[in-house]
Amino acid sequence: MSDVADRVKKIVVEHLGVEEDKVTESASFIDDLGADSLDTVELVMAFEEEFGIEIPDDAAETIQTFGDAVKFISEAS
Amino acid sequence: MFDLTGKRALVTGASGGIGGAIAKALHDAGATVALSGTREEPLKALAGELGERAHVVPCNLSDPEAVDALPKAAADAMGGLDILVNNAGITRDQIFMRMSDEDWQSVIDVNLTATMRLCRAVMRPMMKARWGRIVNISSIVGATGNAGQVNYAASKAGMVGMTKSIAAEVATRGITANCVAPGFIATAMTDKLTDDQKQKIDAQIPAGRMGTPEEIAAAVLYLSSPEAAYVTGATLHVNGGMAML
Repeated sequence: MSDVADRVKKIVVEHLGVEEDKVTESASFIDDLGADSLDTVELVMAFEEEFGIEIPDDAAETIQTFGDAVKFISEAS
Repeated sequence: MFDLTGKRALVTGASGGIGGAIAKALHDAGATVALSGTREEPLKALAGELGERAHVVPCNLSDPEAVDALPKAAADAMGGLDILVNNAGITRDQIFMRMSDEDWQSVIDVNLTATMRLCRAVMRPMMKARWGRIVNISSIVGATGNAGQVNYAASKAGMVGMTKSIAAEVATRGITANCVAPGFIATAMTDKLTDDQKQKIDAQIPAGRMGTPEEIAAAVLYLSSPEAAYVTGATLHVNGGMAML
Protein backbone atom coordinates (compact mmCIF):
# COMPACT_ATOMS: atom_id res chain seq x y z
CA MET A 1 0.00 0.00 0.00
CA SER A 2 1.23 3.45 -0.86
CA ASP A 3 2.41 5.93 1.70
CA VAL A 4 -0.57 8.18 0.93
CA ALA A 5 -3.00 5.36 1.59
CA ASP A 6 -1.34 4.59 4.92
CA ARG A 7 -1.53 8.15 6.06
CA VAL A 8 -5.14 8.52 4.92
CA LYS A 9 -6.07 5.29 6.66
CA LYS A 10 -4.47 6.44 9.90
CA ILE A 11 -6.54 9.63 9.84
CA VAL A 12 -9.76 7.74 9.10
CA VAL A 13 -9.14 5.16 11.82
CA GLU A 14 -8.35 7.83 14.39
CA HIS A 15 -11.15 10.17 13.46
CA LEU A 16 -13.97 7.69 13.04
CA GLY A 17 -12.76 5.18 15.63
CA VAL A 18 -13.13 2.21 13.28
CA GLU A 19 -11.09 -0.98 12.91
CA GLU A 20 -8.28 -0.70 10.40
CA ASP A 21 -9.45 -3.71 8.38
CA LYS A 22 -12.84 -2.04 7.81
CA VAL A 23 -11.13 0.75 5.87
CA THR A 24 -11.08 -0.89 2.46
CA GLU A 25 -10.76 0.66 -0.97
CA SER A 26 -14.52 0.79 -1.52
CA ALA A 27 -15.53 1.58 2.08
CA SER A 28 -17.90 4.53 2.10
CA PHE A 29 -17.24 6.96 4.95
CA ILE A 30 -20.94 7.48 5.57
CA ASP A 31 -22.50 4.12 4.64
CA ASP A 32 -19.80 1.75 5.90
CA LEU A 33 -17.71 3.62 8.44
CA GLY A 34 -20.45 5.41 10.36
CA ALA A 35 -19.44 8.97 9.52
CA ASP A 36 -22.00 11.76 9.57
CA SER A 37 -21.82 14.75 7.22
CA LEU A 38 -19.86 16.76 9.76
CA ASP A 39 -17.32 13.93 10.07
CA THR A 40 -16.74 14.01 6.33
CA VAL A 41 -16.00 17.75 6.52
CA GLU A 42 -13.58 17.13 9.35
CA LEU A 43 -11.88 14.31 7.46
CA VAL A 44 -11.34 16.64 4.51
CA MET A 45 -9.91 19.25 6.90
CA ALA A 46 -7.58 16.62 8.34
CA PHE A 47 -6.47 15.50 4.87
CA GLU A 48 -5.77 19.10 3.89
CA GLU A 49 -3.61 19.55 6.94
CA GLU A 50 -1.76 16.24 6.66
CA PHE A 51 -0.92 16.66 2.99
CA GLY A 52 -0.65 20.45 2.77
CA ILE A 53 -3.21 20.65 0.00
CA GLU A 54 -6.49 22.46 -0.50
CA ILE A 55 -9.56 20.42 -1.32
CA PRO A 56 -12.30 22.65 -2.77
CA ASP A 57 -15.87 22.02 -1.63
CA ASP A 58 -17.02 20.63 -4.98
CA ALA A 59 -14.12 18.18 -5.00
CA ALA A 60 -14.73 17.27 -1.36
CA GLU A 61 -18.25 16.20 -2.28
CA THR A 62 -16.89 13.61 -4.69
CA ILE A 63 -14.78 11.97 -1.98
CA GLN A 64 -17.19 9.33 -0.72
CA THR A 65 -14.96 6.33 -0.10
CA PHE A 66 -11.50 5.64 1.26
CA GLY A 67 -10.40 4.86 -2.29
CA ASP A 68 -11.77 8.20 -3.53
CA ALA A 69 -9.75 10.03 -0.87
CA VAL A 70 -6.49 8.22 -1.68
CA LYS A 71 -6.97 8.80 -5.39
CA PHE A 72 -7.76 12.49 -5.01
CA ILE A 73 -4.88 13.16 -2.64
CA SER A 74 -2.37 11.18 -4.72
CA GLU A 75 -3.28 13.28 -7.73
CA ALA A 76 -3.32 16.57 -5.84
CA SER A 77 -0.12 16.27 -3.85
CA MET B 1 -17.53 30.74 37.88
CA PHE B 2 -17.33 32.13 34.35
CA ASP B 3 -13.54 32.10 34.13
CA LEU B 4 -12.43 32.82 30.56
CA THR B 5 -8.69 32.79 31.18
CA GLY B 6 -6.90 31.68 28.02
CA LYS B 7 -9.98 32.13 25.82
CA ARG B 8 -9.89 34.49 22.87
CA ALA B 9 -12.98 36.46 21.90
CA LEU B 10 -13.89 38.55 18.88
CA VAL B 11 -16.56 41.16 19.56
CA THR B 12 -18.07 43.11 16.67
CA GLY B 13 -19.60 46.52 17.21
CA ALA B 14 -17.25 47.00 20.15
CA SER B 15 -17.25 50.77 19.66
CA GLY B 16 -20.88 50.95 20.75
CA GLY B 17 -22.32 50.98 24.26
CA ILE B 18 -23.41 47.35 24.39
CA GLY B 19 -20.43 45.99 22.44
CA GLY B 20 -18.00 47.87 24.64
CA ALA B 21 -19.63 46.49 27.77
CA ILE B 22 -19.51 42.96 26.34
CA ALA B 23 -15.82 43.28 25.51
CA LYS B 24 -15.13 44.61 29.00
CA ALA B 25 -17.05 41.80 30.70
CA LEU B 26 -15.25 39.08 28.73
CA HIS B 27 -11.92 40.79 29.34
CA ASP B 28 -12.63 41.13 33.07
CA ALA B 29 -13.31 37.37 33.13
CA GLY B 30 -9.81 36.76 31.79
CA ALA B 31 -10.37 36.53 28.03
CA THR B 32 -8.17 38.10 25.40
CA VAL B 33 -10.41 40.27 23.24
CA ALA B 34 -10.34 41.52 19.66
CA LEU B 35 -12.39 44.69 19.35
CA SER B 36 -14.00 45.25 15.99
CA GLY B 37 -16.01 48.14 14.63
CA THR B 38 -16.01 50.67 11.84
CA ARG B 39 -14.69 53.56 13.94
CA GLU B 40 -11.12 52.95 14.97
CA GLU B 41 -10.74 55.76 17.51
CA PRO B 42 -13.25 54.50 20.11
CA LEU B 43 -11.87 50.98 19.68
CA LYS B 44 -8.38 52.21 20.43
CA ALA B 45 -9.67 54.13 23.43
CA LEU B 46 -11.38 51.01 24.76
CA ALA B 47 -8.30 48.86 24.13
CA GLY B 48 -6.24 51.43 26.02
CA GLU B 49 -8.68 51.32 28.91
CA LEU B 50 -8.60 47.51 29.02
CA GLY B 51 -4.81 47.36 28.83
CA GLU B 52 -3.24 43.98 28.15
CA ARG B 53 -5.07 41.27 26.22
CA ALA B 54 -6.95 43.77 24.02
CA HIS B 55 -6.52 44.10 20.26
CA VAL B 56 -8.13 46.41 17.72
CA VAL B 57 -9.32 44.88 14.44
CA PRO B 58 -11.36 47.47 12.52
CA CYS B 59 -13.87 46.17 9.99
CA ASN B 60 -16.69 47.58 7.91
CA LEU B 61 -19.26 44.79 7.96
CA SER B 62 -21.01 46.09 4.87
CA ASP B 63 -17.90 45.17 2.88
CA PRO B 64 -17.95 41.37 2.22
CA GLU B 65 -14.21 41.18 1.67
CA ALA B 66 -13.53 42.93 4.95
CA VAL B 67 -15.92 40.53 6.69
CA ASP B 68 -14.08 37.53 5.29
CA ALA B 69 -10.74 38.94 6.44
CA LEU B 70 -11.89 39.76 9.96
CA PRO B 71 -11.78 36.33 11.69
CA LYS B 72 -8.27 35.72 10.40
CA ALA B 73 -7.09 39.16 11.49
CA ALA B 74 -8.56 38.54 14.93
CA ALA B 75 -7.11 35.04 15.20
CA ASP B 76 -3.70 36.28 14.08
CA ALA B 77 -3.75 39.06 16.68
CA MET B 78 -4.86 36.77 19.51
CA GLY B 79 -3.27 33.46 18.49
CA GLY B 80 -6.65 31.81 17.94
CA LEU B 81 -10.36 32.35 18.36
CA ASP B 82 -12.65 30.59 20.82
CA ILE B 83 -15.57 32.99 21.26
CA LEU B 84 -17.41 35.01 18.62
CA VAL B 85 -19.86 37.71 19.66
CA ASN B 86 -21.81 39.17 16.75
CA ASN B 87 -23.02 42.38 18.28
CA ALA B 88 -22.69 44.86 15.42
CA GLY B 89 -25.92 45.97 13.86
CA ILE B 90 -27.48 48.86 12.02
CA THR B 91 -30.96 50.27 11.66
CA ARG B 92 -32.61 51.95 8.69
CA ASP B 93 -36.04 52.57 10.16
CA GLN B 94 -38.87 53.48 7.85
CA ILE B 95 -42.54 52.64 7.62
CA PHE B 96 -42.91 49.57 5.49
CA MET B 97 -44.77 51.23 2.62
CA ARG B 98 -41.86 53.60 2.14
CA MET B 99 -39.06 51.14 2.76
CA SER B 100 -36.66 51.02 -0.18
CA ASP B 101 -34.86 47.91 -1.36
CA GLU B 102 -31.64 49.60 -0.24
CA ASP B 103 -32.97 50.11 3.30
CA TRP B 104 -33.90 46.46 3.40
CA GLN B 105 -30.73 45.12 1.84
CA SER B 106 -28.22 47.12 3.84
CA VAL B 107 -29.76 46.00 7.15
CA ILE B 108 -29.96 42.36 6.05
CA ASP B 109 -26.38 42.52 4.74
CA VAL B 110 -24.83 43.85 7.93
CA ASN B 111 -27.04 42.28 10.60
CA LEU B 112 -27.69 38.87 9.09
CA THR B 113 -25.32 38.11 6.22
CA ALA B 114 -22.17 39.43 7.88
CA THR B 115 -23.11 37.51 11.03
CA MET B 116 -23.54 34.34 8.97
CA ARG B 117 -20.18 34.84 7.27
CA LEU B 118 -18.38 35.36 10.56
CA CYS B 119 -20.04 32.30 12.09
CA ARG B 120 -19.04 30.23 9.07
CA ALA B 121 -15.44 31.42 9.21
CA VAL B 122 -14.97 30.45 12.86
CA MET B 123 -16.40 26.95 12.42
CA ARG B 124 -13.15 25.41 11.27
CA PRO B 125 -10.95 26.48 14.21
CA MET B 126 -13.74 25.76 16.70
CA MET B 127 -14.37 22.28 15.24
CA LYS B 128 -10.69 21.49 15.47
CA ALA B 129 -10.50 22.75 19.03
CA ARG B 130 -13.66 20.87 19.99
CA TRP B 131 -14.69 24.02 21.83
CA GLY B 132 -16.36 27.20 20.74
CA ARG B 133 -18.92 29.77 21.74
CA ILE B 134 -21.00 31.84 19.37
CA VAL B 135 -23.22 34.51 20.84
CA ASN B 136 -25.34 36.50 18.42
CA ILE B 137 -26.99 39.65 19.65
CA SER B 138 -30.56 39.60 18.39
CA SER B 139 -33.29 41.90 19.66
CA ILE B 140 -36.65 41.84 21.35
CA VAL B 141 -38.14 43.08 18.08
CA GLY B 142 -36.98 39.92 16.34
CA ALA B 143 -39.56 38.13 18.45
CA THR B 144 -42.27 40.78 18.80
CA GLY B 145 -41.92 42.83 15.62
CA ASN B 146 -41.97 46.61 15.67
CA ALA B 147 -43.60 49.21 13.48
CA GLY B 148 -41.02 50.97 11.33
CA GLN B 149 -38.48 48.17 11.71
CA VAL B 150 -39.53 45.57 9.15
CA ASN B 151 -35.95 45.19 7.92
CA TYR B 152 -34.34 45.22 11.36
CA ALA B 153 -36.88 42.83 12.90
CA ALA B 154 -36.47 40.44 9.96
CA SER B 155 -32.70 40.48 10.34
CA LYS B 156 -32.91 39.84 14.08
CA ALA B 157 -35.50 37.05 13.72
CA GLY B 158 -33.40 35.55 10.94
CA MET B 159 -30.47 35.52 13.28
CA VAL B 160 -32.41 33.38 15.76
CA GLY B 161 -33.30 30.73 13.17
CA MET B 162 -29.78 30.74 11.83
CA THR B 163 -28.26 30.38 15.30
CA LYS B 164 -30.52 27.45 16.18
CA SER B 165 -29.55 25.66 12.97
CA ILE B 166 -25.84 26.20 13.57
CA ALA B 167 -26.31 24.98 17.14
CA ALA B 168 -27.92 21.76 15.91
CA GLU B 169 -25.13 21.08 13.44
CA VAL B 170 -22.16 21.48 15.75
CA ALA B 171 -23.49 20.51 19.16
CA THR B 172 -21.51 17.25 19.11
CA ARG B 173 -18.29 19.20 18.68
CA GLY B 174 -18.39 21.17 21.90
CA ILE B 175 -19.54 24.31 20.14
CA THR B 176 -22.58 26.22 21.34
CA ALA B 177 -24.47 28.92 19.47
CA ASN B 178 -26.97 31.14 21.26
CA CYS B 179 -28.67 34.50 20.99
CA VAL B 180 -29.10 37.28 23.49
CA ALA B 181 -32.14 39.43 22.77
CA PRO B 182 -31.95 42.82 24.47
CA GLY B 183 -35.00 44.96 25.09
CA PHE B 184 -34.62 48.71 25.57
CA ILE B 185 -31.06 49.40 26.69
CA ALA B 186 -29.77 52.81 27.78
CA THR B 187 -26.99 53.79 25.37
CA ALA B 188 -25.83 56.90 23.55
CA MET B 189 -28.70 56.27 21.16
CA THR B 190 -31.39 56.40 23.83
CA ASP B 191 -29.74 59.38 25.57
CA LYS B 192 -31.05 61.47 22.70
CA LEU B 193 -34.67 60.71 23.60
CA THR B 194 -36.67 63.35 25.46
CA ASP B 195 -37.73 62.74 29.06
CA ASP B 196 -41.29 62.35 27.82
CA GLN B 197 -40.24 59.68 25.34
CA LYS B 198 -38.20 57.91 28.00
CA GLN B 199 -41.16 57.88 30.40
CA LYS B 200 -43.36 56.34 27.74
CA ILE B 201 -40.79 53.62 27.15
CA ASP B 202 -40.34 52.93 30.85
CA ALA B 203 -44.10 52.56 31.22
CA GLN B 204 -44.05 49.61 28.80
CA ILE B 205 -41.40 47.77 30.82
CA PRO B 206 -42.49 45.83 33.91
CA ALA B 207 -39.11 46.54 35.51
CA GLY B 208 -39.93 50.25 35.06
CA ARG B 209 -36.60 51.20 33.57
CA MET B 210 -34.33 50.61 30.61
CA GLY B 211 -31.62 47.99 30.88
CA THR B 212 -27.92 48.74 31.04
CA PRO B 213 -25.23 47.55 28.61
CA GLU B 214 -23.66 45.69 31.54
CA GLU B 215 -26.84 43.64 31.95
CA ILE B 216 -26.55 42.49 28.33
CA ALA B 217 -22.84 41.83 28.80
CA ALA B 218 -23.56 39.59 31.79
CA ALA B 219 -25.82 37.40 29.64
CA VAL B 220 -23.13 37.18 26.96
CA LEU B 221 -20.51 36.32 29.57
CA TYR B 222 -22.64 33.45 30.84
CA LEU B 223 -23.25 32.03 27.36
CA SER B 224 -19.51 32.33 26.58
CA SER B 225 -18.47 30.48 29.70
CA PRO B 226 -17.57 26.82 30.21
CA GLU B 227 -20.54 26.64 32.61
CA ALA B 228 -22.98 27.19 29.72
CA ALA B 229 -21.76 24.14 27.80
CA TYR B 230 -25.24 22.56 27.87
CA VAL B 231 -27.06 25.68 26.69
CA THR B 232 -27.27 25.84 22.92
CA GLY B 233 -29.75 27.13 20.37
CA ALA B 234 -31.28 29.27 23.09
CA THR B 235 -32.34 32.89 23.01
CA LEU B 236 -31.79 34.63 26.32
CA HIS B 237 -34.19 37.56 26.58
CA VAL B 238 -32.89 40.43 28.66
CA ASN B 239 -35.68 42.98 28.60
CA GLY B 240 -36.98 43.76 32.08
CA GLY B 241 -40.09 41.72 31.39
CA MET B 242 -41.13 43.79 28.39
CA ALA B 243 -41.82 40.58 26.47
CA MET B 244 -42.01 37.34 28.39
CA LEU B 245 -40.95 34.71 25.91
